[in-house]
Amino acid sequence: MPIDPALKRDLQAKAVQVRKLILQAVHKAGAGHVGGPLSMVEIAVAMYFKILRIDPKNPQWPDRDRYVLSKGHSCIALYATLALRGFFPVEEVFTYDAMNSRMQGHPDMTKTPGIDMSSGSLGTGASPPLGMALAAKRLGKDFHTWVHLGDGEIQEGQVWEMAFVASQYQVDNLTAIVDYNRVQQFGFPKDGNVRRRVNPLVQVPEKWRAFGWHVIECDGHDFDSLIPACEEAKTIKGRPTCIVAHTIKGKGVSFMEGDYNWHAKVPSPEELAKAFAELEAAQAG
Amino acid sequence: MAKLIEMRVTWGETMLELTKTHPNIMILDGDLGNSTMAQIVAYNAPDFYMNMGIAEQNMMGVAAGMASVGLIPWLSSFACFLANRDLDQLRVTVTQPKLNVKLAGHYSGILTGKTGKTHIDVGDIAILRALPHMTVVAPADSVECRQAVLALTDMPGPAYLRITRDAGPVIFGEDYRFAIGSVVPVREGKDLTIFGTGVQTTRAMEACDLLASEGISAHLVHVPTLKPIDVEGLVAAARKTGRVLTTEDHNIIGGLGGAVAEVLGQHHPVRMKIHGLQDCYGESGPNDAMLEKYGLTPKHIAAAAKALLNKAR
Ligand SMILES: Cc1ncc(C[n+]2csc(CCOP(=O)(O)OP(=O)(O)O)c2C)c(N)n1
Repeated sequence: MPIDPALKRDLQAKAVQVRKLILQAVHKAGAGHVGGPLSMVEIAVAMYFKILRIDPKNPQWPDRDRYVLSKGHSCIALYATLALRGFFPVEEVFTYDAMNSRMQGHPDMTKTPGIDMSSGSLGTGASPPLGMALAAKRLGKDFHTWVHLGDGEIQEGQVWEMAFVASQYQVDNLTAIVDYNRVQQFGFPKDGNVRRRVNPLVQVPEKWRAFGWHVIECDGHDFDSLIPACEEAKTIKGRPTCIVAHTIKGKGVSFMEGDYNWHAKVPSPEELAKAFAELEAAQAG
Repeated sequence: MAKLIEMRVTWGETMLELTKTHPNIMILDGDLGNSTMAQIVAYNAPDFYMNMGIAEQNMMGVAAGMASVGLIPWLSSFACFLANRDLDQLRVTVTQPKLNVKLAGHYSGILTGKTGKTHIDVGDIAILRALPHMTVVAPADSVECRQAVLALTDMPGPAYLRITRDAGPVIFGEDYRFAIGSVVPVREGKDLTIFGTGVQTTRAMEACDLLASEGISAHLVHVPTLKPIDVEGLVAAARKTGRVLTTEDHNIIGGLGGAVAEVLGQHHPVRMKIHGLQDCYGESGPNDAMLEKYGLTPKHIAAAAKALLNKAR
């Protein structure tokens, strides 16, 4: 079911803003990740502008929905989204990676408003959301917890340790989103070519199903597909849900898409200009 | 100006070199080949490289198995993950059975390319030093790094090599000879002895210049091997001046300072000061600002030296 067209246009415009902020912030910092953040833009925008029950003026609100970016290296996308949503001024995004900044290279819940859990060591962010969901049930709270994982990240055993326990306790107030862009940092040669590298992990939906999760597949860059998936996830009872979101690493910038070299590369001034031109052309067209 | 070289590049090039002489070498990568420079082997000698994926615990166990059958696995990841994520696998399946597994801990210390707290391990020396049978080496520059890679490869048993990310000055000449377990005198002096390890030794050299300009003569000794520690070497150097300052890009608990205190406390007690990270985690930031905020610059080392001398008077 497609979403309201006006909402869709609004979210798409937000997504373009987030992509620009990501590229500018990394360019300015001279460090940081690009591919993974661009891969998760629609997911972050859908979360913070439609799905999550949150209050930007009260980031510590005890009854807020929780969202944990377990693939913490992509946090610049989250910072940009949080800023646009009003958690802190947009200019602050440009302090990314600067000394004493609240915009750390990886999410730090002691520093940044709106960050529900520190993360950055892949896999370690998978389990705290399960704890949050279990605590909500124990304390009679009705908030929902979301955990955003990378498809490279789910190579970590800890993710599957969490998956087992979550279904064991029928934790239906927890949803995992797998950012399934099929590229990791260095990865594995594709068709024997050592210079073309991918994440060869296959049968991702089947893996989660085998662990007892309800699985929904969606297009992680299409709000008409993504938002209904998130809404469905909240209605599933008796087991946790995993949304396998098909995404493209580096999405939105042609020369970054699907290329492992752009996992954590800083765009030059020319590359930045070219990327902006592409994003603007796509928005206009 | 000394030449600046990235130790990680030296590590990668030395690994490639070793694939030609050591057919049993195998590089296991925790999906960081393009950060750690394991890619040098992945691209040029792919038969000697395997990505183990983002799964360090499994990687450590695989290394144990390979070593038990006669391969020489070199694990390559960030220091923060190698010293922590797979620690139980390291303890039970590598160090307890004394297996021949080598760890290349990249991006050690606080300068990790702005990645921040999660990627800064302030305690890797403390953790790995506490494992029986483990050898721990922190080279100061790329010359020493290369020699340490060769020496650790040919030494039976588990070893950890602490590697720094960014380019640092080359302080040793081609005539330098690294020996596992030996300290290296760098400067002669009489007022106090400074022990440095890893790249912090290069900052200690600059601190010696600052001190000299104020009429203080520091005796600088580099301690590349944190374990097994050179008891005789440390005692002899401490005896020279009777006052010891240690400096390291690591927590002040359990690192070089701890190791030196354990030795001198038992064999030759002297007045001592431990300089390093003040039991805190790091953050994201440019290198110069990080060193300044966390107090690791030559100026800070010199100030610590003066504080030690004033206390001693
Ligand atoms: C435990 C751990 N090992 C290694 C890394 C280094 N690392 C950072 S991002 C990354 C690749 C992540 O790939 P994926 O989860 O697919 O994320 P995305 O492609 O969306 O960026 C790696 C290996 C890490 N942060 N944590």
